[in-house]
Amino acid sequence: MVPLWAYLFLSAFLFAVGVVGVATRRNALVIFMSIELMLNAVNLSFVAFARFLHSLDGQVFVFFVMTVAAAEVAVGLAIIIAIFRNAETVNVDEVHLLKG
Amino acid sequence: MIQYIWLVPAFPLVGVVINGLFGRSYLRERAHLVAVPAAGLSFLVALLIALEVVAGRTLDLHLYPWIVAGHFQVPIGFLVDPLATVMMLTVTFVGLLIHIYSIGYMHGDPGYPRFFVYMNLFMFSMLMLVLANNYLLMFLGWEGVGLCSYLLIGFWYEKKTATDAGNKAFLVNRVGDAGFLLGLFLLWTTCGTLQYAEVFARAAALPAPLTAPAVGGVSLVTWITLLLFIGAMGKSAQLPLYVWLPDAMEGPTPVSALIHAATMVTAGVYMVARSSPLYSLAPPTLELVATIGALTALFAATIACVQTDIKRVIAYSTISQLGYMFLGAGVGAYASGIFHLATHAFFKALLFLGAGAVIHALHGEQDLQRMGGLRRPLKLTAYTFLIGAAANAGVFPLAGFWSKDEILFAAFTTGHYGLWALGLAGAFLTAFYMTRLYCLTFEGPFRGDPAHARHLHDAPPSMALPLLVLALGSVVVGGLLGYPPEHGLVHQFLAPSLAAAPEAAGHASAGLLAGLSLGVAGAGIGAGTLLYLRWRDVPELLAARFQRAYRLLWHQYYVDEVYWDWIASPLMRLSAFLWRGFDVTIVDGAVDGVARLLELGSWRVRRLQTGVVFNYVLSILAGAVLLLGYLVLGR
Repeated sequence: MVPLWAYLFLSAFLFAVGVVGVATRRNALVIFMSIELMLNAVNLSFVAFARFLHSLDGQVFVFFVMTVAAAEVAVGLAIIIAIFRNAETVNVDEVHLLKG
Repeated sequence: MIQYIWLVPAFPLVGVVINGLFGRSYLRERAHLVAVPAAGLSFLVALLIALEVVAGRTLDLHLYPWIVAGHFQVPIGFLVDPLATVMMLTVTFVGLLIHIYSIGYMHGDPGYPRFFVYMNLFMFSMLMLVLANNYLLMFLGWEGVGLCSYLLIGFWYEKKTATDAGNKAFLVNRVGDAGFLLGLFLLWTTCGTLQYAEVFARAAALPAPLTAPAVGGVSLVTWITLLLFIGAMGKSAQLPLYVWLPDAMEGPTPVSALIHAATMVTAGVYMVARSSPLYSLAPPTLELVATIGALTALFAATIACVQTDIKRVIAYSTISQLGYMFLGAGVGAYASGIFHLATHAFFKALLFLGAGAVIHALHGEQDLQRMGGLRRPLKLTAYTFLIGAAANAGVFPLAGFWSKDEILFAAFTTGHYGLWALGLAGAFLTAFYMTRLYCLTFEGPFRGDPAHARHLHDAPPSMALPLLVLALGSVVVGGLLGYPPEHGLVHQFLAPSLAAAPEAAGHASAGLLAGLSLGVAGAGIGAGTLLYLRWRDVPELLAARFQRAYRLLWHQYYVDEVYWDWIASPLMRLSAFLWRGFDVTIVDGAVDGVARLLELGSWRVRRLQTGVVFNYVLSILAGAVLLLGYLVLGR
């Protein structure tokens, strides 16, 4: 049986990849994918704990996270498309209307 | 059957929905296949219900509560009594005929389905107005018909004059409606209810608090009825709020016939008759109603004598006839007012539809000076028009004679001799301008475009049928319902709905007075025939001789100009001042000032917002690490 730490390690690794992706990439779509990666890294640790603690709570949480993530994708993609139509780019550095 | 009264307005509403959803994309030139049956079924149900009302049944039906806010409760409900029945029959019958007429008249118009949507919506609103069992629901219909009137006046919205006329109608009616609403507020604070049955029961049981001198030494019921009458002035085009009706002739002719002659403009008369238990408690208001009515009747008749637009003449005639209805109501003869309303609906709709047939045949020509000699090519139109004109002029035994004579008789016997004289003078002018209108249109040589003269055609069947039916109605309705005068069928039928007429103050022989008004009508017709058939160059000589009077009438007493100079343009200047002087500098200035203040105060802090996403992510990460570090290590 795969031990718990292995799951948590993979989860932490995926999360770190997501954070680095969000921090370093400039393409809004890639940043978006990195956020999804972070969300799913957390999902992985949830199900792992649910499995090892014999509690369904973690799995329930995963469903919530997935639902919210799906909604967020719909809204987020719509925003990105709207930005692309207006600014002809999805490079986040070039979209800086709120710059003080 | 009577409990299905809601079907009467429901059918036109269904027509609105169907034509509104599918008219433009699918039904198009077949829109009348929905709209006309909707009006027809409505009339059929109305007829069946009317038979029950004639048999003595009435109904005050509460369908469901519409507005409930504490003590303020208004239901959607219908009151079916003789008065409502007369109105319902008039509206549905004339409405049905004009729907049929519109099939021919509006044929080929790009807005064909839209036209029928508006017409059905009008039928619905008008039926709600007359069938409602409380003032607020009546007001809903009142505003609904106003909206339809606006939409239909501006139906040809590519034409600037048409949209201007629509706006004018809407704005002038707002003035009246403001009074109407204030009247409703006062009525509610006084009686605590807006339902007819409860209001009238209270007025009958406890008239003392209502009639005691209150604000400014004038009783509450006088204030209420005065304010309500301001609404009626606007809707029914009485002095001084009549100015929108002549311009409303920019709309298609069936609209003029249905809305601006037969039904909507009579809503004010209906409202006064419906509120007769209140009006009878307010003699000062009644005097005002009668005076305004008589003055309007004469005033509009004088203008109608010189106008040269065929529809404008009939429009001023409508205003004048509405004045007679108010004169009747004002002297307490409510039933005679409503009787004149019903007969007028027949002959005035007939006149408008006849005018429409003429305009249709002449490809849009409305100028009387370019008509003439149309009797031969347009036989049917000419003869039906002649019947309508004679009925309007008060020729025995046509419809207009019976009802108008009753009103004049009531004015005389209640001691309003001055108003009676005004009405009689108006009757002379009515006969004169109706004769002039007929002669200029149908007699003499053709003065229009010779190109049109060759292919003049009489009304197609869909337009001919309503003309014939209305002509028949104009002949028989008056005598059938009005004989014997004062005690005819219509009086017996309406009596339970209306406040009792006051006791006759003077004595007069009905025969003598009727003979007098017949003589006056005959004189008017004689003068008209002489001037416009025999000595056709005399009218121009007269106009040149009495140039100032002629010009005054031709410019309609300069009322539009006076309103523009004294009311509209000062208001617009005030608005422009408030806009530039107050809104832009003070209101906008305050808002902009706050924004500028914040901008000044934040010039250092806003450096934080670099606009570089990487910086934001880094600060989020740092925050998350700090927070986690505190949670893990800090405890």
